[in-house]
Amino acid sequence: MKLRSRHLLGIASLEPDEIALILDTAEGFAEVSTREIKKVPTLRGRTVVNFFVEPSTRTRSSFELAEKRLSADSLNFSATASSFVKGETLLDTARNLEAMAPDYIVLRHSEAGAPHFLALHCRSSIVNAGDGAHEHPTQALLDAFTMRQRKGRLAGLRVAIVGDILHSRVARSNVLLLTRVGAEVTVCGPPTLLPKEMARLGCAVTHRIEEAIEGADVVMMLRVQLERMQSGFFPTLREYARLYGLDPRRLRLAAQDAIVMHPGPMNRGIEIMGEVADGGSSVILEQVTNGVAVRMAVLYLLAGGTESEAAA
Amino acid sequence: MRLLLKNARVVDPASGVDGVLDVLLEDGLVSSVKPGIPARGAQVEDLEGLVVCPGFIDLHVHLREPGQEWKETVATGTRAAAAGGFTGIACMPNTVPVNDSRSVTEHILAQARAHGTVPVYPIGCVSKGQRGEELAEMGDMIEAGAKGFSDDGRCVGSSLLMRRALEYTRIFGVPVIDHCEDSVLVDGGVMNEGETATRLGLKGWPGAAEDLIVERDILLAEYTEGHVHIAHMSTARAAESVRRAKKRGVRVTCEVTPHHLVLNDEAVSEFDTNAKMNPPLRAEADRRALLEAIADRTVDAIATDHAPHHRDEKSVEFCRAPFGIVGLETAVSLCLDRLVHAGVIDLARLVELLAVGPAGILRLNKGTLRPGADADVTVLDVHREVRVDPARFFSKSTNSPFLGWKLRGAPVATVVAGRIVHDAR
Repeated sequence: MKLRSRHLLGIASLEPDEIALILDTAEGFAEVSTREIKKVPTLRGRTVVNFFVEPSTRTRSSFELAEKRLSADSLNFSATASSFVKGETLLDTARNLEAMAPDYIVLRHSEAGAPHFLALHCRSSIVNAGDGAHEHPTQALLDAFTMRQRKGRLAGLRVAIVGDILHSRVARSNVLLLTRVGAEVTVCGPPTLLPKEMARLGCAVTHRIEEAIEGADVVMMLRVQLERMQSGFFPTLREYARLYGLDPRRLRLAAQDAIVMHPGPMNRGIEIMGEVADGGSSVILEQVTNGVAVRMAVLYLLAGGTESEAAA
Repeated sequence: MRLLLKNARVVDPASGVDGVLDVLLEDGLVSSVKPGIPARGAQVEDLEGLVVCPGFIDLHVHLREPGQEWKETVATGTRAAAAGGFTGIACMPNTVPVNDSRSVTEHILAQARAHGTVPVYPIGCVSKGQRGEELAEMGDMIEAGAKGFSDDGRCVGSSLLMRRALEYTRIFGVPVIDHCEDSVLVDGGVMNEGETATRLGLKGWPGAAEDLIVERDILLAEYTEGHVHIAHMSTARAAESVRRAKKRGVRVTCEVTPHHLVLNDEAVSEFDTNAKMNPPLRAEADRRALLEAIADRTVDAIATDHAPHHRDEKSVEFCRAPFGIVGLETAVSLCLDRLVHAGVIDLARLVELLAVGPAGILRLNKGTLRPGADADVTVLDVHREVRVDPARFFSKSTNSPFLGWKLRGAPVATVVAGRIVHDAR
């Protein structure tokens, strides 16, 4: 089977069988990164533009490595170093990039819907590497890959997502993906950082972290940003840490073999205590490792690849 | 000059007329409405099968002149109005510079006289520079031809200024038109707060931001006995506030737009910047409440909030796109198709909303075909099938979520002061 679209704009446009296809394909690519020669010729001759209109080191490095290990040629184009800040529109910048005939544009953008907008106007495959508070599909896919690797399944898993749900594209993509494959998701955060209609996306909602974590197989903590305090969503980071920080005591409420995840970058001592981040339940660095394999799978499949030929 | 409109169905709710009659227009006024009027040298138009109604008036148009002529001008906007079946339009003051003085009001009216297809009724600013601080020179603007006051594009944020405006406009007997939003609560939102905004990760603002100001304005109008007109009302609660206020005799009127009656916030789902406007498309429950409010007479007028923007200005990320859509050339067909043919209201009620209501709010000698009224007429073909085609727009801009829609019913001719200014029969 193949993916139905040539773009990856969000989890919202993926069917469950496509999610399974990406995760299965990533299994094969995960092995490539363990070889001595960490490179396959799969995308030789293809060009990828990593178009980052919002700062990111982790996601960009992960995409870049995925591209290199697939033998694609990559070009990094970031907003700060470009004409983009000189008042050129996103569309004109993208058209200029397209004039150089890339096969993919991997877009990170601070505004929701930017990749959807480009997909309407561009010939290349658009990969959403995070758009505002909307979606971050490759993050949700690597999270699901990590959960499946550790738990052997996704269906029936109890997943708690805790933190700033309102501004989190990671939360949205994870809720969409996990509910699609039959996991039970509870989102948790202060009411000021949790949209009123969140339950309409198919998850349970609570404002008490203990309730969210109780019996969970997976506890996913989200980064809380200092600027949210400055805009009055909660009084102080100190109080936030007391009410919503994950410490060993709270983690004991989760299932015995629960795993702890975080999309990074972490605020130690705020949403997650060091003892938990570095503890035996943490799979935070595995998430990073798996990110490369999942992004290899996405790029490969968007080029029209099928699972059976992958990583050969 | 005499124009005789023969054999049309005449729908004139203000005089209770609905039947096949002739209408004679003479020297810019309606002269008589009855069967079998002899021609006697008049220009005769046989309108059999068509509907003749008092001319439609759009209370809420952004003509963009002076200052943003790449979006629209008085010439193109009034031409679009005529094509859309409107015989007159009120233009909002948020131009560049804003219309807060006699000179700008006079400039707009001079442009309309020189290049306009239909009359323009300028709405002046409530406050100097539209800054929301001190009252603008309302008396001077009234003398120049202003028909009402508004800081549209912005809300009159200060309750004290709103009180003073409602008191001061009593000198002239004109309305204060408010764009109702508590801007602190809006807080940079780009669409309605609700399920769709949650899914899309777009910053929403709640209907409560509108409800609060509508209720405030009603309380102030009640206290000052001024006339407040609620622009582009979009929520169920605001409609309920107006309904209750009218029952207790408050001088409050309100308008709704065709797009708030036809679309809900799910239209944003694909990040379509032509579904971005202020107030935003609301929840389905709000839309249904507005339909109820036009049927039960809570709403006085349908107005387009025609807000032209250049294609390039809308071809950007959703958050960066300006608010607003054009409406002059789609409004009447949308209303005929989605309101009249859909059975929400009858044709007479639609004429009230598009002609009688607006004429009353602006205190014009229009909105009826009674002898002595101004000879402004809108001619409809309620059965004509149309496809919304931007290539046929007279407006400079085509930012509309309705492009390609197939609709039944259309304006086919427009008569201003007894003269045919648009004919698409």
